[in-house]
Amino acid sequence: MGLKAKLEELKTKGLVDIQAADDQRQLNEIRVKLLGKKGPLTEVLRGMKDLSAAERPQVGEFANKIKTELATAIDQQLQVLDQKSLQQRLAHETVDVTLPGRQAQVGTPHILNQVIDDLEDLFIGLGYEVIDGPEVETDHYNFEMMNIPKDHPARDMQDTFYITDELLMRTHTSPNQARTLETHDFSKGPLKMISPGRVFRRDNDDATHSHQFNQIEGLVIDHHVTMADLKGTLEVVARHVFGDEREIRLRPSYFPFTEPSIEVDISCFACGGKGCSVCKHTGWIEVLGAGMVHPNVLRGAGVDPVEFGGFAFGLGPDRFAMLKYGVNDIREFYQNDLRFLHQFQREVK
Amino acid sequence: MKISYQWLNQMVDLHGIDPQKLADQVSVTGIEVASVIAPDAGLKKIVIGHILSTKPHPDSDHLTLCQVDLGAAEPVQIVCGAPNVAADQYVIVALPGSRIAGNVKIKRGKMRGEASEGMICSLQEIGFSDSVVPKEFANGIYVFPQPEPVGDAVFLYLGMDDRLIDFDITPNRADTLGMHGAAYEVGAMLHERPRFPEVNLNATGLPTHELIKVDVENLELVPQYLMRVVQNVTIKPSPLWLQIRLWNNGIRPINNVVDVTNFVLLEYGQPLHAFDYDKIPSKQIVVRTARTDEQLTTLDDEEWTLRPTDLVITDGTKPLALAGVMGGLDSEIDAQTTNVLLESAVFNGTAIRKTAQWTNLHSEASTRFEKGINQDDVGQALDRAVQLLCDLADGTASEGTVIGHQVLPAEPEVLVDPQRVNHVLGTQISAAEMRQILTDLQFKHQDQGDQILVTVPRRRWDISIEADLIEEIARLYGYDKLPSTLPTGVQTQGAYNHRQQLIRTAKRNLLAQGLDEVISYSLLTEPQATAFAAHAPAPIKLAWPMTQDHAYLRENLVSGLILDLQYNLARHQNNVQIFEQGNVFIPQGAETQPLEVPMIAALWSGELSEPSWLNKPRAVDFYDAKGVVEELLTILGVQDQVVYEAETGLSDLHPGRTARLKLGEATLGFVGEVHPNVQHEHNLPATYVMQLDLSVILAASLPALVAQPAAKYPAIDRDLALILDQQVTNAEVEAVITAQAGKYLQNVQIFDVFAGEKIGHLKRSLAYRLHFQNPAATLTDDEINQAMAKVTQALTEQLHAQVR
Repeated sequence: MGLKAKLEELKTKGLVDIQAADDQRQLNEIRVKLLGKKGPLTEVLRGMKDLSAAERPQVGEFANKIKTELATAIDQQLQVLDQKSLQQRLAHETVDVTLPGRQAQVGTPHILNQVIDDLEDLFIGLGYEVIDGPEVETDHYNFEMMNIPKDHPARDMQDTFYITDELLMRTHTSPNQARTLETHDFSKGPLKMISPGRVFRRDNDDATHSHQFNQIEGLVIDHHVTMADLKGTLEVVARHVFGDEREIRLRPSYFPFTEPSIEVDISCFACGGKGCSVCKHTGWIEVLGAGMVHPNVLRGAGVDPVEFGGFAFGLGPDRFAMLKYGVNDIREFYQNDLRFLHQFQREVK
Repeated sequence: MKISYQWLNQMVDLHGIDPQKLADQVSVTGIEVASVIAPDAGLKKIVIGHILSTKPHPDSDHLTLCQVDLGAAEPVQIVCGAPNVAADQYVIVALPGSRIAGNVKIKRGKMRGEASEGMICSLQEIGFSDSVVPKEFANGIYVFPQPEPVGDAVFLYLGMDDRLIDFDITPNRADTLGMHGAAYEVGAMLHERPRFPEVNLNATGLPTHELIKVDVENLELVPQYLMRVVQNVTIKPSPLWLQIRLWNNGIRPINNVVDVTNFVLLEYGQPLHAFDYDKIPSKQIVVRTARTDEQLTTLDDEEWTLRPTDLVITDGTKPLALAGVMGGLDSEIDAQTTNVLLESAVFNGTAIRKTAQWTNLHSEASTRFEKGINQDDVGQALDRAVQLLCDLADGTASEGTVIGHQVLPAEPEVLVDPQRVNHVLGTQISAAEMRQILTDLQFKHQDQGDQILVTVPRRRWDISIEADLIEEIARLYGYDKLPSTLPTGVQTQGAYNHRQQLIRTAKRNLLAQGLDEVISYSLLTEPQATAFAAHAPAPIKLAWPMTQDHAYLRENLVSGLILDLQYNLARHQNNVQIFEQGNVFIPQGAETQPLEVPMIAALWSGELSEPSWLNKPRAVDFYDAKGVVEELLTILGVQDQVVYEAETGLSDLHPGRTARLKLGEATLGFVGEVHPNVQHEHNLPATYVMQLDLSVILAASLPALVAQPAAKYPAIDRDLALILDQQVTNAEVEAVITAQAGKYLQNVQIFDVFAGEKIGHLKRSLAYRLHFQNPAATLTDDEINQAMAKVTQALTEQLHAQVR
């Protein structure tokens, strides 16, 4: 058998062994056995010295080719084995992906504050400042400056927690209108503000009354602000909170601090205006009060009502939340049952 | 007030508009309508019957067998249990198969063996309220005063086919508390001029001033006071048409005299009072404020000791009536009355309100005086009542009116600038359209240059300035026609201020740390309001709290959180981690507004997480609470400056498990366990709380944040284990380390705390990792060894530490 044939045979046999190897160790043994210094290939090459000078390079080249082929086959088999052991490991490591994960605990913002934050974001985007004011107010700012003098029948509308004759729990956030009007510098531009906060009424707590609730007052005063601007602004609010398809309807009403005064209804979001139990079969839901600021309020705060004018509105986050999320008992907002609060964990837009 | 559609239709041509449509239209242009009431709703097959004969039920001592003509060929037998049933009555009959009030179905039946073809009804049984049923029919069937068409449905004959539009007025629109006012309002909306019955009085009696002398002492409280006398009246029930008007408005018919005053009240909105003339022997009326301790018994048989703020009608010596609120028993109209003294007046609303409030007598009259009266029609309303008494009570009118006082307010003249109207509304309404609206309102107006001069009638006392007329024009023009725009003009920047941003950041951080946000009440009990403070000032108290639970202004937020915890524990929600942000109220003296301090507080109770297949739940402890506080203060930028000290001075907190937080000299707040006594008292498990005064953080100055490059050179960590006396605090150790370790020390972290027998009695082991870094070069072992040697030496010398 010639050298070349020997090499062929070596290769054929080697490849069979390599492909039969089923672990790394075995394969290493094969590598050493075939290609190592004491291996048959080395031995064959050693016999090259007996060859003629003409044959030697041919056989040498052939031997190297076989060596490369065997080495490549070993590497490939190694990869096959790696893949195989990886597959085994992966199968072993498999978890039940349907088991619940380890969750970081994240708190839920109170739904009323979510409603307030959302409206604050909306109005900041429209260029409004957010103004805070005292929850314990003076009779002067809560009533007198809002064009509600002592003995005004409208004081019947808001039963008040008085502390002394002059101090009280604010019944609305409207007094921040007067407080801000007094200090605003109109030479620097119009006044656009909202004022959210806690307000208090002397009510017995029941499903629809709470002695503490929230209000957001809004006020825009400039040289030329119209009732049409009020309507447009309230449409933005209604659509932002209750959906893009909402229409609004203005009805005459009465507040001592606005003239004209209006109540604002939105088309029912539950039935789209056809009439259902949510809107008491009218197609409309009353959501807030508003109007053009009464000249007495402006004058009282030192603002000339001929030169300046504008609108004000007051809305109730509690009412908004009750309507929007179908909450039937206002007390749920203040009892803070975790099961109630956690419902609003979802981003509630 | 409930506006009768049929009555209104006599005053304004309603063009047959559906009542509900009319109500909707009124709601949008003027007055909110609460509802449209159909008195016959849900009723059917109820007809007029004529009782031909009666005989007692053979098997009953209270039932009567009635033969009733229902318009059919043959009468039917109906068994009736009413005591007032009798032959020849025209009555209400519910036929078999009918529906009466409460959706009750009436069937043909037998009562104790006798057939009954339906039921003879009381007014209550067909839906009348007890409070409007005439007294004579209160406990029996209703009997028509005259024959009515037998077999006809009753609704037409009892006014139940009318539709009542319930005006839910705002305080400024009391002018519609009478049919005339309502007619003006609806007329303006429909472009119709209202028309009212003419008052034609044929006064043939004695001159009124010979019959009665009237003096008004408090002229400023009684702008108008008019009187007339109607002589020789016959007291009897009013005609049915008048009774219908009353009961449809919730007023019980009584007799013709009283009913006429109430009818005119509904018609004109003008309260009237009728005295029995013969019960006033002095023939004199003096209107004045009450004297202290004067007594009066009102019509409802209540005795009052009057107050000097009450206005009274007297006979010159003693009170006869509470002016504008309720008449007196002594001068009441009764069945024997023959001469009637009628009063039509205007009383000061504030005075009436005071009396109505303290006596809790809120009548149809007092309500109207409080809200205002049409001062134009005081005399006319009086004449109208006199005329009706002549017609319906066969009386004779005295000649002329005695005027105790009469001063009419001026009719305001208001200039309206059409340009200004459009400027305010954002519209382009023509001056002609505005004039038309003013005409529809029946306001006198004339052009004055480019402006319109409007004379406002006294019946609209809510209007006195241009803005009021702009509202009139806007609402009748139609708010639905207003364009929708947004304010233009100089742009403004909307943004939170520093305080608002800080509050938002703090809240978001606590949410991110797993706490739920709550909103509790600001008003609490006194102990709740002052808890969790060392020297809480007496809290601010409400003058008239609604309940004792909500009477004092809170000076801390933690009490509210504990109430929230209790609420949840009672509902088996045991793992509670909550926080609240809000104001507390620190008194600054009785006449001054309190300081409102923004606080944030949190509470932890139960286990840190819900049990799961992954985690073993763990009960919350002090270091959970403190860790949240530290993280929050880190986010707020002040953690490095805050010092935590053992706090033993708060009686509601565990003296060994509470830290006081200080920021500079100011107390920032506390974190700790609720005192076991308090836990026991409120039945709470181990509960931890914290409260921080955000105003302290707002006042703190934070250094500007300047970024450093990430270190390029390797850092070196060294561990240090110490055995110390147990009372040596971590803060003391860290202070020594920080002072001695040199400028390359980046931070110190305690990683082990151990106490036990191995260490020794009253000893504990603390282990620290010191992290060294030179930003400019590689640290050498020598540098670190020197630093560590200094640290070790100082710890040994100063704290008697034993280095392990």
